[in-house]
Amino acid sequence: MYEFFFVLIPEYMPFLLQGALVTVQISVLSMICAISLGLLVALGRLSNLRVLRAVLAAYVEIWRNVPLIVQLLVIYFSLPQLGISLPGFWAGVLGLSLNVGAYLSEVFRAAILSVEGGQKDAGLSIGMSRVMIYRRVILPQALRIAVPTIGGYFIALLKDSALVSYIAVNELLRHGTIVISNTFKSMEIYLMVAMVYFIISFISARIVAHVERSLTPAYLRVAQAQA
Amino acid sequence: MSNALSPLPISASPKRKPEEGMDPMSSNKSARLSIVSEKPQQSVAPNPAEPLLTVRGLQKRFGSHEVIKNIDLEVSPGSVTFLIGPSGGGKSTVLRCMNFLETPSAGEITFAGERLCHTEKGRLHRASDAVLRRARAQMPMVFQHFNLFAHRTALENVIEGPILVLGRPREQAVADGRELLRRVGLLERADAYPAQLSGGQKQRVAIARAVAMEPRLILFDEPTSALDPELVAGVLDTIRSLADENRTMVVVSHEMAFARRLADRVHFVADGVIAESGSPDEIFDAPKNERLKQFIRSILH
Ligand SMILES: Nc1ncnc2c1ncn2[C@@H]1O[C@H](COP(=O)(O)OP(=O)(O)O)[C@@H](O)[C@H]1O
Ligand SMILES: [Mg+2]
Repeated sequence: MYEFFFVLIPEYMPFLLQGALVTVQISVLSMICAISLGLLVALGRLSNLRVLRAVLAAYVEIWRNVPLIVQLLVIYFSLPQLGISLPGFWAGVLGLSLNVGAYLSEVFRAAILSVEGGQKDAGLSIGMSRVMIYRRVILPQALRIAVPTIGGYFIALLKDSALVSYIAVNELLRHGTIVISNTFKSMEIYLMVAMVYFIISFISARIVAHVERSLTPAYLRVAQAQA
Repeated sequence: MSNALSPLPISASPKRKPEEGMDPMSSNKSARLSIVSEKPQQSVAPNPAEPLLTVRGLQKRFGSHEVIKNIDLEVSPGSVTFLIGPSGGGKSTVLRCMNFLETPSAGEITFAGERLCHTEKGRLHRASDAVLRRARAQMPMVFQHFNLFAHRTALENVIEGPILVLGRPREQAVADGRELLRRVGLLERADAYPAQLSGGQKQRVAIARAVAMEPRLILFDEPTSALDPELVAGVLDTIRSLADENRTMVVVSHEMAFARRLADRVHFVADGVIAESGSPDEIFDAPKNERLKQFIRSILH
């Protein structure tokens, strides 16, 4: 115990926290890309371009049915064969974005479809264009509906990002394994890694909950209060 | 509730004056909300007898289900047309084809001198999206289930179209919108969200949203069918006040007393055709068609 708190933590925690910073960076970046991708894919799948819809549906199916770790390995090790070699960090961002984007596209699609259909008719019937209706009526409501789910995916992503340690990204878990390979104190170091993940994830969950509350608009609070 | 429906300042002219200005582009600039008929209009109108809306040979099928078989219909300016008939007979579909919420399968629709679609060699040709949108903006629809924008207040619902579609300055749209809400008796609810309003209030906001477009024609699809009985009268009063302004309207409704009072012409729609047409007196007091007789008996109790 003494050794853990007064020797190992002061000695190795700073290095682990460096890794933690990379974990946060890769997660935030991937999440931003995944949200943009997911929204575009959702809109594409709701368009009336049949070929586009089929391609996007195939993307979602494939990415949801292959393990994330395998997707990361394929991107990291196969893309260079095609002449595209990405540094580990960016391969990680690409892999995580494509993966989470596939799931988020389904979240956005469901949220868009859940906005009550008659509102689109109402928009059309006063001469609004489809783009106007999406921008002014459907998306503002759909995005707010999707916020809690997106928050949940972000927390999951923070933890799943540990997998990019397999493609040589120097994030939290990999920094842990580096320390272990030098000290052979696997139990203690993995415990420290777990503590850091817990703290990041716990704090993020609080932040996400706060954002959710502040994004819940008056019209939904009213509806909830009356439900 | 009805005290709020003060007489409208709009039109001093007697009922059913033909509408001026058949050019679809001309309506926006001069026809400000409350001064519609004050200006002496240069006669742009080619022919006062010309219908505002003409439907010829309308057909609509969903898949193999032929919902509208063949419908001809004319709506003259300033008139109130009622569509009545049994549920599933195609009334909503006719309305939704008029403003192209549904694309007809065949037929010709002309609105305000502009052809929205026609059929040639068995193929339907529809006007460009821009033309259809402009036509829709001039014939907004009031829906059975209100279809208010849930994330916008009553006032925001009303000013959305004027600002986005008609390009009105925000201040003017707000001033006009508040005036319209006052006229439907909801000024003090201007900042309420739809979830905070009763069904009757929602429908009056929806009517204000339609009127805010300064339309040439308003379509009503069973505007009181989803309301609790005690809320029906307020909405009917609002619609009546619009008729008193000489507004052109097509109304699907089962409120017979209301139809009698307001309608210039009643069409009985059943099985995708107009089975009988006439004045309210002819339709309600001297129906000829067997199905119409049966229908009238069924709604009398
Ligand atoms: N979008 C649609 N798809 C398939 N069938 C429809 C659709 N809209 C209406 N119908 C069918 O068309 C028929 C007429 O419906 P409608 O126009 O709503 O009648 P009404 O308004 O007179 O009750 C009904 O049988 C209905 O099921
Ligand atoms: Mg109907």
